[in-house]
Amino acid sequence: MSNTPAEQAMLQVSGIVKTFPGVRALDGVDLTLRRGEVHALMGENGAGKSTLIKVLTGVHVPDGGEIRMDGKLIQPTSPRDAESQGISTVYQEVNLIPSMSVAENLCLGRFPKLVGLIRLGAAKKRAREALKRLDMDLDVSRQLSSYSLAVQQMVAIARALDTDAKLLILDEPTSSLDEQEVDELLAMMDRLRKEGLGILFVTHFIDQVYRISDRITVFRNGGFVGEYPTAELPRLKLIGKMVGKDVAALETQEADAKARHGRAVAGQTLVKAEGLGRRNTVHDVQFDIQQGQTVGLAGLLGSGRTETAKMLFGVDPADVGTIKLDGEQVSPRSPREAMRLGFAMTPEDRKAAGIIPNLSVRENIMLALQSRRGIWYRLSAKEQRELADKYIEALGIKTPDREQLVKNLSGGNQQKVLLGRWLAIEPRLFILDEPTRGIDVGAKAQIEKLVGELTEQGMSILFISSEMEEVARTSDRVVVMRDHHQVGQLEGEEVSEHAILNMIAKHDSSAGKEAVDV
Amino acid sequence: MSKLYDEYRRLRWESALAQLRWLHSLIGPVIWPLAALAILLIFNIVFTDNFLKIVITDGRLSGYLVDIFRDGSAVMLVALGMTLVIATGGVDLSVGAVMAISAVVSASMVTPSWLESALGPWAVQMFENSFGMWLAVLIATSLIAALIAGAWNGFLVSVLRIQPIIATLILMVAGRGVAQLICEGQIFTYDVPQLAYIGKGTLIGLPFGVWLVGLMIMATYLLTRRTALGLMIEAVGDSDLASHYTGIRARTIKFLVYVFCGFCAGLAGLIESTNVSSANANQIGLWYELDAIFAVVVGGTALTGGRFLIFGTVIGALLIQTLTITMTIQKVPPEVALIPKALVIVLVCLLQSQTFRQKVFGRFKKKPAAALSAATPANSAGGEA
Repeated sequence: MSNTPAEQAMLQVSGIVKTFPGVRALDGVDLTLRRGEVHALMGENGAGKSTLIKVLTGVHVPDGGEIRMDGKLIQPTSPRDAESQGISTVYQEVNLIPSMSVAENLCLGRFPKLVGLIRLGAAKKRAREALKRLDMDLDVSRQLSSYSLAVQQMVAIARALDTDAKLLILDEPTSSLDEQEVDELLAMMDRLRKEGLGILFVTHFIDQVYRISDRITVFRNGGFVGEYPTAELPRLKLIGKMVGKDVAALETQEADAKARHGRAVAGQTLVKAEGLGRRNTVHDVQFDIQQGQTVGLAGLLGSGRTETAKMLFGVDPADVGTIKLDGEQVSPRSPREAMRLGFAMTPEDRKAAGIIPNLSVRENIMLALQSRRGIWYRLSAKEQRELADKYIEALGIKTPDREQLVKNLSGGNQQKVLLGRWLAIEPRLFILDEPTRGIDVGAKAQIEKLVGELTEQGMSILFISSEMEEVARTSDRVVVMRDHHQVGQLEGEEVSEHAILNMIAKHDSSAGKEAVDV
Repeated sequence: MSKLYDEYRRLRWESALAQLRWLHSLIGPVIWPLAALAILLIFNIVFTDNFLKIVITDGRLSGYLVDIFRDGSAVMLVALGMTLVIATGGVDLSVGAVMAISAVVSASMVTPSWLESALGPWAVQMFENSFGMWLAVLIATSLIAALIAGAWNGFLVSVLRIQPIIATLILMVAGRGVAQLICEGQIFTYDVPQLAYIGKGTLIGLPFGVWLVGLMIMATYLLTRRTALGLMIEAVGDSDLASHYTGIRARTIKFLVYVFCGFCAGLAGLIESTNVSSANANQIGLWYELDAIFAVVVGGTALTGGRFLIFGTVIGALLIQTLTITMTIQKVPPEVALIPKALVIVLVCLLQSQTFRQKVFGRFKKKPAAALSAATPANSAGGEA
């Protein structure tokens, strides 16, 4: 491969701009992909990865910039059009029809036909050939859903390759696979690369990026950060580029944080998680939460933070390990049971799992307390009003009146309503999963302040956020997660954004003290 | 002195406002079905002789208005159960079939030949010797049958998580088969005045069925609005995931509303069949599910779940029954009568939609101003604008 980059480059994207009402999703991004390479596209949520994929596959039409395939200007207008130009995509969710056979799935929309009728025999033959290219031998007449997710994923890839693809886009292909299945997929990517195919690999799993990719392109907030050969970009630098902090800045911040974490917390242990895990989600989570302590759960998206919270709150109960409350083993099997133990949780997905949109602010606030009291002990109209007014005032919820429907409130105020709902039951452990996501700066600061006040009153808080800086700022202790494992803990003075990122960047999961050389 | 008087006037004004607000909160949500009902009643008062007349014969009230309540009692009952089911975001298509089951069970148990062959001679003896007790057993049995049917629906929806429309479709179809199996294809007719009392009897001037329905409406109101059950149902109907996260037993609540709906249908089946002292498995409760769903939707409870209005459902059921009776009075053939009925329902549903009202009335809104400035009578201005 001694050719000049210009000759090797198969796909050249330059200066792509895409604006949605109110958001500049892509702000002049570049991407160069060469034949026979696996190119990782990295960035946090909202960096613009998905938008770029949608532009490449013709779902969105860009507002500016150009896409060149083998030097020729192209403008895909639909996924089908993109396929005919040689760009095939496999999405995170397997985009096939589980109830149809493997052969039907592979030939869907391009069945070999004779006088308008489908030639099933020819279809099966074609399907077997497509699979053979990936060294797969399946019974093509069996229903797709009878195979594992990994195999379904491979079938989706086989389908994508069946259309003379030159470029294969894999969007989070490994997120629902277990370790062995991931190995198989990566091995296949390696094989395809050797055949000369270009692969654009989008994933949150940093390990996998370092195992397979040749180059990395990083986006942040819709902008292009840079393109780097994988071998020349240490993990910590990569993460720093993704979250937009250079390493020096991280270190100065550390000093600030140290001052804040001087406060000694000498409460009793409230909750103790030991070896907590659940099949296909997270493993080996263990930490203590003391009374009046804020424990942060940090990690990149998909690292297992939310899953851990859901295990504690009984949404998806743990199947291994133990949870101890005041030294006694408890096993919440549902949010209801968790609530009875004195746990509370505001979920990450505020709209779907948090607010009840068409009920009023008053009803949303009273709901948890009412649900704990049971159906027969209805809060009187007066109690309901007082409860609602109390939290509207205490949390500064901006609403015309307490009878306003919650769906009409802004995101920050909805979040405050949820906080009020749970504070009403005076929880002992309050799990906050992304409490500041998508809310304005003012409300954010208020929520952080509230966390501090609550812990001073003796409440324990499990604080989850994808903003490491926020976690570092609010937490007395931080549990760091990566790729569905706990990779370590930071306590007291050690807590800083830099240290968290450092820990995430570590190769081995046995968290050592020394930082990666940068 | 005048200061005191001002204060007095202010207070009176405020209390009047508060009353108005209370009235608005009560009537506001059901204003459109109520208006439709009023228009229909006015139509009848104008075009039907003696529509408002209520006479007392043999200690019972009779007249068109009483007929509306009497004939509408079964639909009202079924709609009552349906309201709670729809509030959880579900629907129960099997209510008609459940009515048939409970009707057939009750009718079969007063038919000696059936008792002899199905249960044995002891049942016939008990039927003849301790009749009062037998009557209690019979009513209990038919209602339990209905409860079981409701529990079956609830099981399919809340435990197996089958879509409500499919889950209840199963019993809608199979339920009539079950009823046919019980009565072995016969149509039971009987002459047992004590049993017929449920559908035909009179208590303090009004049909017994009407009292029964009134009692059920009252009980349902108390059960949902004086406890927290109503709020929980609304929460589950609006977002069952968020309710689950809040510690509400969403599945239990869903299960229970289907059981309750089955119970209401069973009671309605008893009223319907005892009214005519017979039970025809193919006819009892036929298409009642549709009338009940109409009544609920017209009454302002959305099919998407969430907020429900018991009062609205009652108005909705009355509206539908008044429509039916109007068609009968106007001698519209039953087959054709469905068309105007459908039209009224569509109209009321459209009127309830804010988007629709804005589109239609928004256009007229500018006219009064234009009419005023042109100093022409408002009603003639319509054509010019």
